[in-house]
Parts: sequence; C-alpha cells; structure tokens
Amino acid sequence: MVFREKKIIMNKSEIDRTIKRMAHEIIEKNYGVEDLVIIGIQNRGVPLANRLAFKIKEIESVDIPVGVLDITLYRDDLNSAADQPIVRETKIPFNIDRKKIVLVDDVLFTGRTIRAALDELIDFGRPKLIRLAVLIDRGNREFPIQPDFVGKIFPASIKELICVELKEVDDNERVILKEILENAHEIKK
Amino acid sequence: MKLKNKDLLGLENLDKKEIQLILDTAGPFKELFTRSVKKVPALRGQTVVLLFYEPSTRTRNSFELAAKRLSADSLNVPISTSSVVKGESLIDTVKTIEAMKADFVIIRHSMAGAAEIVSRTIKSSVINAGDGAHEHPTQGLLDLFTIREKKGKIKGLKVTIIGDILHSRVARSNIWGLKKMGAEVRVCAPATLIPPEIESMGVEVFYNLEKALNDVDVIYTLRIQLERQKEHLLPSLREYAEFYAITNERLKYAKDDCLVMHPGPMNRGVEIFGEVADGPQSVILEQVTNGIAIRMAVLYLLAGRKQINSKD
Amino acid sequence: MEKILIKNGRVVNPDNKIDEVLDILIEGSKIKYLKKPLSITADKIINAQGKIVVPGLIDMHVHLREPGREDEETIASGTKAAAMGGITSVCCMANTNPCIDNVSGVKFVLLKAEKEGLINVFPIGSITKNLLGKELSSMGEMSKAGIVAVSDDGNLIMNAKIMRRALEYAKTFNLPTIVHCEDLNLSHNGVMNEGKVSAILGLAGIPREAENIMVARDIALANLTGAKLHIAHVSTKESVTLIKEAKRKGIKVTCETCPHYFTLTEKNVGKYNTNMKMKPPLRTQTDINAIKEGLAEGTIDCIVSDHAPHLDIEKNTEFNLAAFGIIGLETLLPLIMVELVEKKVLSLSEAIKKVTLNPATILGLKEGRLKKGEYANLTIIDPQMELKIGNDFFHSKCKNSPFIGRKLKGFAVTTIVEGRIVMENRTFVSN
Repeated sequence: MVFREKKIIMNKSEIDRTIKRMAHEIIEKNYGVEDLVIIGIQNRGVPLANRLAFKIKEIESVDIPVGVLDITLYRDDLNSAADQPIVRETKIPFNIDRKKIVLVDDVLFTGRTIRAALDELIDFGRPKLIRLAVLIDRGNREFPIQPDFVGKIFPASIKELICVELKEVDDNERVILKEILENAHEIKK
Repeated sequence: MKLKNKDLLGLENLDKKEIQLILDTAGPFKELFTRSVKKVPALRGQTVVLLFYEPSTRTRNSFELAAKRLSADSLNVPISTSSVVKGESLIDTVKTIEAMKADFVIIRHSMAGAAEIVSRTIKSSVINAGDGAHEHPTQGLLDLFTIREKKGKIKGLKVTIIGDILHSRVARSNIWGLKKMGAEVRVCAPATLIPPEIESMGVEVFYNLEKALNDVDVIYTLRIQLERQKEHLLPSLREYAEFYAITNERLKYAKDDCLVMHPGPMNRGVEIFGEVADGPQSVILEQVTNGIAIRMAVLYLLAGRKQINSKD
Repeated sequence: MEKILIKNGRVVNPDNKIDEVLDILIEGSKIKYLKKPLSITADKIINAQGKIVVPGLIDMHVHLREPGREDEETIASGTKAAAMGGITSVCCMANTNPCIDNVSGVKFVLLKAEKEGLINVFPIGSITKNLLGKELSSMGEMSKAGIVAVSDDGNLIMNAKIMRRALEYAKTFNLPTIVHCEDLNLSHNGVMNEGKVSAILGLAGIPREAENIMVARDIALANLTGAKLHIAHVSTKESVTLIKEAKRKGIKVTCETCPHYFTLTEKNVGKYNTNMKMKPPLRTQTDINAIKEGLAEGTIDCIVSDHAPHLDIEKNTEFNLAAFGIIGLETLLPLIMVELVEKKVLSLSEAIKKVTLNPATILGLKEGRLKKGEYANLTIIDPQMELKIGNDFFHSKCKNSPFIGRKLKGFAVTTIVEGRIVMENRTFVSN
C-alpha cells in the first residue's frame, strides 16, 4: 500500500505531556497504586506501558509491575490476514489474580485487538478489574469497547491511518496521520 | 516473512531464513507452556489428521498436543484400526482423508518419500513426521532449537552424530539443518551403518568415537535397533556399546560444556549410558518439551501460509 | 500385386553400407528394386524427400505382458506402440504368466501375434522352467517352435553351475542366451543406484558391483562353455570394460544398452520419481560417457527399449513399492536420434545398425536389412519432426515413461511390415 503523510497529530513534547497526564489520571482513578499493574500490548503498547510506569514511579515513588502481551495467537483474523503476523514475546512475570490491570495500546480502532487481549488475559488468571489506556482513540469501533484513559481523541476516516512512532521502536517520536492512496495493485483492477 | 511451501517435507527444502523463522516462532510457544492455560485459539476450527503407518508414541503425542494447544481438532489414524490392513493404497487413504476436509495431514511412514507422494496427491498441508530413512524435519528443527537455546548460536559449533546413519531420518534432517545454520557436522559409526557417499552432504565420517568426539560442542547419539544384528550390520549390541556407547569416560574427549542429545526412545547401556542420559550435560528431556513448541510453530506458520496461498 | 514406391529418400542400409538417395519399389511383400531415382509407376507413391529410409527397427528386448497381464499390455497394443515407434520386429521376453517355458507357450505368442500383432514378434523362451533357476526349459522344442533366444531376464540364475549347464544346452541349439546381470544378494532390497542420491533420499541402494560381478561371472562361463552370451541392458562403465576385454579375447559375447542408460542419471530420480525406477538402476554421468564410448567403439552391439509397461497404480505409490521398469518402444528411435546421432556419438548408419543389422545377426534373423527379393520391412524417419512427449503421446496401454515432458526430435513417420503400410504420417493404417 502507498501512503501520503497528511498531518502531524502529536509531536514529541505533546506525547510526553499526554503520558504524564494519563499517569495522573490512572493514579487518581485507582485511588493510589495499590494492586496496580500495567500490561502493554505488542508492539507499541509496550514502550507506552513502560513510560506510564516510569511516570507513576516519579509521582508515587513505587515500582509498578509491567507485563508484555502479544495477542497474535488470539486474533480473529489469522485466516484472512494478508501477511501472517509475527508471533512475539508475551511476558507477564507476576500473578494477575485480584490485580487492577491497566492495559495499554497505542491506537484504539476497531476494538478487535482489545477483545483478543481480554481473552488472553483471562487465560492468565482472574484480575479484579481491567482498564484500558490508549494514546489515540480514532473511532470506527466494531466492538463495544471504550477506553478509560485516552491521550487524544482524533476521529479519522477508514481511508486514513494513524501511526504512532516511538523512539524505542522507531527512529521518530510523533503521531502522524497518513492517507491510504490507491495502490498499484488496486489501480490494475 | 513466511514459509515458501504448503508442506514441511524435509529440511533439505527449507532455506536458512525459513529455519530461523520457525525457531524464532517456537520461542513464544515455549513460553506458553509456563502458563496455567497452555492453549491459544489460533487454529480454532482447523482439522489435523495424524496418519501413522508406524507405531510412534512420542512423535504422535507431541504433534497431538501441539495441535490441541493451538485449539485445532486432531484425529488419529493409526495403522492397526485403519483400512490399510485391508490393502488400501497410500494414495487412496490420503484422498479419503482429504475428502474429510483435513487442513493438515501429518504422516509417519516406514518408506522414504511417502510424505512427498502424499503432498503431490492432496491440497492439505502435509507435515512429514518421519519417512523411512529420509527425513524427520520437526525432529531436526527441535534439535536446532535446543542447541540454539543452550548455546546461543549454531554457527561454528562442532556436532557429532553417532549411530545408525544409514537408516536414520533424524540424522539426515539434522545434517541438513545444522549445515544450513553453519555448524560443522561429523558422523560416527561402524562402516556398515554409514551410507556410501554421505560425505556429499558435507559431513566428515569417523569410525573411531574418541576421534569423532574431540573438541565437539554437541554429541547427538541415535537409537540403535536390535534388528541391525540380523542384517549383518553389527555382530551384537554388546560390541556396538563397547565401541560407540556414550559414557562419562568418553564425554571427556568433548568440550567441557558439550551438550548430549538423543531423539528417544533410548536404549540405556547400548548407545548411551544412564550416567550420561541423566547427567548434567544431557538435554534429552528438554528436547521433548521443545518438540511441542516447534510443532506448534510449524502448524501455525503453515496455517498462515495456506490461507495466503488460497487467495492467490 | 500392389506396388509401393518410396521416392527420393535418403536410404541408410548398414548391411551394405549404403547411405544415398535411392528409390525403393515394393511389390507385394517383397522389395523389388532399390535403385537410383527412376520413373516407375506404382499404386502408391510415398515422397520421402528429406526423410531417411532404413530397415525396419528390431527391438530385441520387450515385455509384451501377454499372457497374464493384459491389463498392462497385449501383443496387439504392444505391437501397435512398436509400429508407431518405427519398429517392425520385437523379441518378447519369457516372463509372462504363465511364462514361456514350453512349446505351447511359444505357439500361443506366435498365434496371437499372427492374428492381432501389427508387426513381427519373435518370442524368447525361458532358460529354466517357471523362471525358477532350477530345471532347464525345453529349449530344443521351443527352438523348433520358433524362439530366437533364451532368457530368464530379471529372474536371473544365481547358481553358477546351473548357468553353466544352461549355456551349454543353449549352445546345442545355437540359441543365444540373454542374461540380466545382477547379483541378487548384493542388490538385496535396493531400489536405485547406490550413491549420493540414495544417501540423501534414504533409499536402499543397488551398488554397481551387483551388475559388474555378474557380467564378469557370465563372461567367464561363456568362456568355459563357448556358448553365445548376450548381456542385457548394460548400465555401468565397468561392464563396458569387461565386455570389451572379453570380445578382445574372442569370447562369444554381445551386449545391448537402453536409451535411458545414455540419457538419464540417478539425479533424475529427483524427489522419488518412480518413472525413474528400473533395473539396472540409472547410474551416473561417468557411466553415460562410458556407455556412449562403448557404443561408438562397437563394444555395445545393440540398443533396446526394455519396454516394461506398468499401470499407474503400480507406479504412483511409495518408491519402495513401485514396480521396476519403464516403457520405451515409442521413444527408442527419437532418443537415439537426439542423444547419439545429433550429438555425434554415432553416425546415422552406425546408430541404425544397432537397432537393425546387429540384433538380426545376433539372433540369426533375416530382418534388419534392405535387400532386393527379401521381405519389405522398413521405416521412414523424419529427422526434423519435433514432438513433446506427453501422456497422450503413447499408444502403449501404460504411460510409465521417464521422458514425459521432454521434447524429442527425429520420429518414424511410416512403418512398413512385409510390404504392408501399418503406420503412415503417425497414424495407423488399417488394411
């Protein structure tokens, strides 16, 4: 597919400020940090989870356990995905029973990833509750799933793509809106 | 990155990148075994048929568990209860299985090339679970996985395979896999158990075990069958053990941190002594655990591959 | 009497070393004239300009499967395939069911061939009763009834004493003894050449020595008995050397090879292609070179197809279980043209000699020559005709050919048997 960069939605300092604000909200809504754990969804939910934990530690001086979740094997589109997704590491080095989980992802779109993540988490144990934190909510939901903590709401059309670029994974640190152009393959049709 | 073929018939057909992809994918699957729920929904609704023309509890159980942990439905077609005893040909049997809409056919057969014929006959993904003296690719992959996990690499390692190379599919798959991943491979056995011109696969042949073990990183010993005595290949298992059994004494010839591997089931006191099999350098039980992870990775990757194919 | 005139063809007749443009007039079943282009009238004129006219080909090693395996081939279907291949005479091996080990068997084959065969059929009788390698067959009676040689072919005689007696007894009736050379203890359960490819495929190998040892034994026995020994389907370099040496010493030994032994190697087995499974097995490039050299210098006298039809269910199976053998009647000539003539291993005349005059001489047949006053058995070859070998190419009942998928050049376009045109323009003529 061919893309055209349309607009920068967030820059480095905006991302930083947003994460700080979300950290405060998480503490506030949780009435502190007791039983709190953070789990990031592969791939870019992982650095966001780490950053949230870091900010919370700055504020509360407590180490928050952070886990990593790969939802590939719980996806509902294995049979239709054009390119087979790579199976990445899942690492939750703590018991999630009776914990308050904050599940972290970069962009909330159809809700299917979160559905898979919830299914997978339930196989790990019985948490007290699961809340959802996302950097961007772009709308176009296909499942009844809503976030509890949102960095920014940015309604985008289905012809658009929102890319979160984080320095831990990418060269850049920004959120960018891209337009999907008719690719060569589609033009042929 | 994806696998090139719908089937896994042998490591001869895989390139280095494909082998790496399978090994990399097996890692997360192994992590799954540490969970209380060791099952994921990835292959929900898919049917895996286990067609075993030879008795094999280990490999069959491993594949069955791999299929179940991926939520696929598995069906066992063992030889004793199947129509094979009524004289049905392999081709007819697998066509029947295809008609049942099997997504995967995992075949174990006593004759080399059986999996190849099946793959030419049906559209389902075919996984070779051992065909005669030809290949046993998932065994080769799980061995590579085990070596890489323990040694951190495969490239540059010295590996000696000891035993009935002539009749061993495990040896052939390991030779292909190890060579492709950059290891140095030696084979060691009495000359009766070494196929002529095996050197063309890029291995060095030894008849003397002590020399073959000199400075190696991995000792891979194969099961020796009692029947070889009747085929004029060995005078006795006792004599074989005298010259080729892996003992603590002989381990000294290899590197201090040398791994000891065996595809199972073992003949203790023949090709390997209990002191070694149960010793600190043995990774034999680890191989069994890794076998399930590798087979899950192969099923998962072929499942994705198949869907991509059907779209073309 | 009907007259057929074949005009302006390049006539190649190894018997008198003719290789020039001539006209041939056939009257009835015999050749009337063989002369420089003349203006004669005839009932039918075949323009053979640019074509090659040769004596009808003789394939002295064919399995017609009748009686017993009429599902694989019959005398009718096998001779049809042969006619399409430009062959006017075949020798059929004795390993039918029941096997040809007595007069009634010989008479059955001859009668069937007379009634249903499209070309000449010369039966070969077995050496031992029931091909069991134990008691001698009634070679004398069978010789009277019309066999041209004796052979147990693949069911070979491992016992050297019995082989010796067989050679001596066959000598009594001046019958050549055709031997399939394979030490069965050494080849054991082997299914392909022992070497690189068998090591990789994990298939049991047949060492080349299994052939070499028996070639040496049978040459020694031919020397002992003074009998006429014909070694079938030579496949190894060492066999060629042994036979060359034996011939030099004056031992009465002749031999044959097949197109696959100068065209294919063990590598062609590829991924268990059962159409590459036969005995002896496909060897190596070194052997191909030696076979070609043996053909060129005359050590190898004949080229035969060893046509061995097998049904799809006998071939489309596990390599170990698949039947040994391949069909070859219809690819014999084009493979000789492509692999030997075009590649200048043999001159056209030398190549034709190996499928006409030489087998005729070994078997004591009048065929294989173009001669005024003799039966008109001849084949017209189009050296330029190219065909792709597909499943629909074959007229044999079976399709087990290793050459499917190949493009070959130089095919028979007309086959004439005793003055009857049986095939013209690659179509059968019914008369």
